Amino acid sequence: MRLTRRSVLAASAAALAAPAYVRAQGVQPIRIGEINSYTTLPAFTVPYRNGWQFRVEQINAAGGVLGRPLEVVWRDDAGRPQDAVRLAGELLDNERVDILAGTFFSHIGLAVADFALQRKRLFVASEPLTDALVWEKGNRYTFRLRPSTYMQAAMLVEEAAKLPAKRWVTVSPNYEYGQSAVKWFKQLLQARRPDVEFVAEQWPALGRIDAGATVQALAQARPEAIYNVTFGPDLTNFVRQGNTRGLFERRAVVSLLTGEPEYLDPLADETPEGWIVTGYPWDQINTPEHAAFRDAYRARFNDYPRLGTVVGYDTITAIAEAVKKAGTTDNERVIDALRGLPFRSPFGPVTFRALDHQSTLGAYVGRTALRNNRGTMVDWRYADGANYLPPDDEVRRMRPQAA
Amino acid sequence: MDFVLIQFLTGLSNASALFLIASGLTVIFGVTRIVNFAHGSFYMLGAYLAWTFVRAFWDWGGREPWLFALGVIAAAVAVGLIGVAMEIALLRRIYRAPELFQLLATFGVVLVIQDATLAIWGPEDLPLPRPRWLRGFVDIAGSRFPQYDLVLVFIGPLVLALLWLLFHRTRFGMLVRAATQDREMVAALGVDQRKLFSGVFFLGSALAGLGGALVLPSQSANLQMDLSVIAEAFVVVVVGGMGSVPGAFLSSLLIAEVQAFGIVLLPKITLVLVFLVMAAVLMVRPYGLLGRPQAHARPSAGMVEPVLRPAPDLLGWAGLAALLVAASAPLWAGAYALTVLVELAVFVLFAASLHLMMGPGGVVSFGHAAYFGLGAYGAALGLRYLALPMEAGLVLAPLFAGLFGLVFGVFVVRLSGVYLAMLTLAFAQIVWAATFQWVELTGGDNGILGVWPSAWAADKAVYLWLSLALCVGGTLLLRRFIFSPFGYALRAARDSELRAEAIGLDIARLRLAAFAIAAAAAGLAGGVYAYAKGSVFPTYISIPKSVDALLMVLLGGVQTATGPIVGAIAYHGLFVGILQATAYWRAALGLAIVLLVLAFPQGIAGFARARWERARGLEAA
Repeated sequence: MRLTRRSVLAASAAALAAPAYVRAQGVQPIRIGEINSYTTLPAFTVPYRNGWQFRVEQINAAGGVLGRPLEVVWRDDAGRPQDAVRLAGELLDNERVDILAGTFFSHIGLAVADFALQRKRLFVASEPLTDALVWEKGNRYTFRLRPSTYMQAAMLVEEAAKLPAKRWVTVSPNYEYGQSAVKWFKQLLQARRPDVEFVAEQWPALGRIDAGATVQALAQARPEAIYNVTFGPDLTNFVRQGNTRGLFERRAVVSLLTGEPEYLDPLADETPEGWIVTGYPWDQINTPEHAAFRDAYRARFNDYPRLGTVVGYDTITAIAEAVKKAGTTDNERVIDALRGLPFRSPFGPVTFRALDHQSTLGAYVGRTALRNNRGTMVDWRYADGANYLPPDDEVRRMRPQAA
Repeated sequence: MDFVLIQFLTGLSNASALFLIASGLTVIFGVTRIVNFAHGSFYMLGAYLAWTFVRAFWDWGGREPWLFALGVIAAAVAVGLIGVAMEIALLRRIYRAPELFQLLATFGVVLVIQDATLAIWGPEDLPLPRPRWLRGFVDIAGSRFPQYDLVLVFIGPLVLALLWLLFHRTRFGMLVRAATQDREMVAALGVDQRKLFSGVFFLGSALAGLGGALVLPSQSANLQMDLSVIAEAFVVVVVGGMGSVPGAFLSSLLIAEVQAFGIVLLPKITLVLVFLVMAAVLMVRPYGLLGRPQAHARPSAGMVEPVLRPAPDLLGWAGLAALLVAASAPLWAGAYALTVLVELAVFVLFAASLHLMMGPGGVVSFGHAAYFGLGAYGAALGLRYLALPMEAGLVLAPLFAGLFGLVFGVFVVRLSGVYLAMLTLAFAQIVWAATFQWVELTGGDNGILGVWPSAWAADKAVYLWLSLALCVGGTLLLRRFIFSPFGYALRAARDSELRAEAIGLDIARLRLAAFAIAAAAAGLAGGVYAYAKGSVFPTYISIPKSVDALLMVLLGGVQTATGPIVGAIAYHGLFVGILQATAYWRAALGLAIVLLVLAFPQGIAGFARARWERARGLEAA
């Protein structure tokens, strides 16, 4: 090659660019494959997606994880477990994601967890509530973030046991979540208060409650207290009919998940007062961590955070911390890092238990109240999930041996 | 006694809401013979539009009752207009299509409306703030009864009376009644069918919108309303007798009261109560409480059910080529493509099994997913309780499903037309509810996990070949049935029952055999699917899965034997592709279905066949 000025310039440019070229190839993003029921339940999954998007932006602005940016590839599972399993395969095989995460419905969470076990890949389940995900059907590859049905029922039992009421009725949607919620509540409450009896129960079909008839049937049993597990449109329907028919007057009501903004806001000015609930009083938590999270989120999305937001946010935090601790995205090492991993959530410090891969994320327990024509929580406290789990040997008995 | 009275009144107010939705549906079906899936969407739109209108009126003039009523009526009229728009833009072009094809189009509309509602009103539930007068109650027999519900109790009979006046004292009503009895004769007498249908659609949709608007104060406008109400609406209509408005009133009373008292006696029966009632009524009165046997639908002028001919050689070679391409996929396609190919094979068999009943058999089933799911559960239960390996599970699956098909078929083949279809739906829902609730046996809605293939078939490529062998083999076997003497007898029974019986064919036995064979084939498809996914859930038995099967068969074309194959590949391929392409995949899928329906009124394969025959000079004779 002739030594012309042009060739020298080209060669030196190449030499100078070479490190940058090499570096660009090395900065491959860490890809998280996220599957959720985005269209089926937009009231939850939209804030949830905002939550994880927000966290990814935060982490990438601070330099990413192990010097690599985070990237989330998300898919909508149309609310069907068979499609979720196929999409999980697509994310692993086509998109080559490093880690799977997400799902909302319990049965979809279980399907993807089983798939993850088959494929020996890590799956961080964010929202599904079923206890079976980490106990009866738990496996090495599945971790679950959100406080489970057992944990939240246990939080409520602590308050319910203080009530003088002895005659209880339950109203719960007729599927696994509702059945587990009632089962645990009954078991745990009767263990603390053997004098309590459950005189009637109602099992409306999910999304199709016959609220007037249900309210009358409950009132007919003359209860002293009511345990409610209905949520969403069913809850709104039940509350309106119950208010008009006077079901809740002079009765204690203990209600699961009702304090979450997703469920509390639609009740608007008909929010019943004095219900003991688990939830998320986003406007009142003023720990430095949560205040910072809330203000930054509002600045970014012009909307206030919901519980789904925190779940999405924490899912990404947990994965990022685990990869950082493992120093690699190799799933087996990340799993070992996740077991017992502590991380910080807007709710405070959280750990992923090595025993059953359940996080100790808790919930806020308090009472409902009406302020400014809107529902809110008062007299609330944070219930750390770690305190509301069964004894270790019980957990070991429930989990499969191989897990 | 007090409690009984209050519960009775509660049932009455629910009955009114049910009656409004059901009356609209029964009027539309009675006249146009269209199974309008979008009816639930109109109910939902009624609620959302009422939310917008009532709040706007209240902001303007204060929270007055008359403004509320005005908003409700405005919402109902608006929904009526939307219904007319759907009829004019879409359904009018496909009236000549085979029966039930319009169902496909309305399903596309359901998807579009779902995403449109999400886009316009947002994802959150929208409750209507209730002023004092909406929260009032009266004291009845020592309990409080909401004033609003009391008003609803009277609205049902009021609407019934108005409808009666409409149908018996106006010319339009007289034409509607005549068209319900014999549509072709009404056309022959010179009545403009198009205006009649548009009017009927306006009325029916407005009634659905009114129903949605009236339930708004009790609950909130939410995005699950359409699907949660449509099954119940169909049940009420069928129990009352399709086309009969008084029947719809009676059946909504019956069902609402049974529900009101049923949940006191058996709280867990909520999942399946309406379907049990429907099954019971249909077995005693096959046409519903006040229904009449449908006027025998004469084919429109000049169109005869095309003869099913064996496929031309070219099609055979094309099919073989496609099969070879699919079988060679492990060499050139990624793991994900193999998963999709397995699913396509399964759905081809599933659609072909439904087609055996729908096309040659003339028997429409709205509950075919039950057998698909039963096959999957057969394999899973075999694994769980008998530790059966995959090979035995794949044999057990069709046998298990076929057995249920035989048992249910005995009751089903005694009916005809839409009643038969609804009874299959009832059985499917009963099976679903049993699977859902019998947690000890089936694992409930957490399903059965760990249903993975044996070691030799665990590799994706091997499983692909296994599923291709089973599913394509099954489809070809079904095709053999269609072109066998059995298939000819089936078609004879479909085309003319009287003549078929006159030459000695036992129609009930023929149809029962077809039902059982179709169930077994669907069960095999379900078994293959179970091992492909690794888990089995009650959603495999759900209504959306049955609807999927219907859509695949209709999209491909009921009249050709290749229809279900093409339809399954087209629909599932579209679904998989669109699901990943856009967040608004429902609107995209709905639009795609609507466009396909408009472009290919005989289904895709039917269209191809028509073009082929025209090109080759073979007219269907």
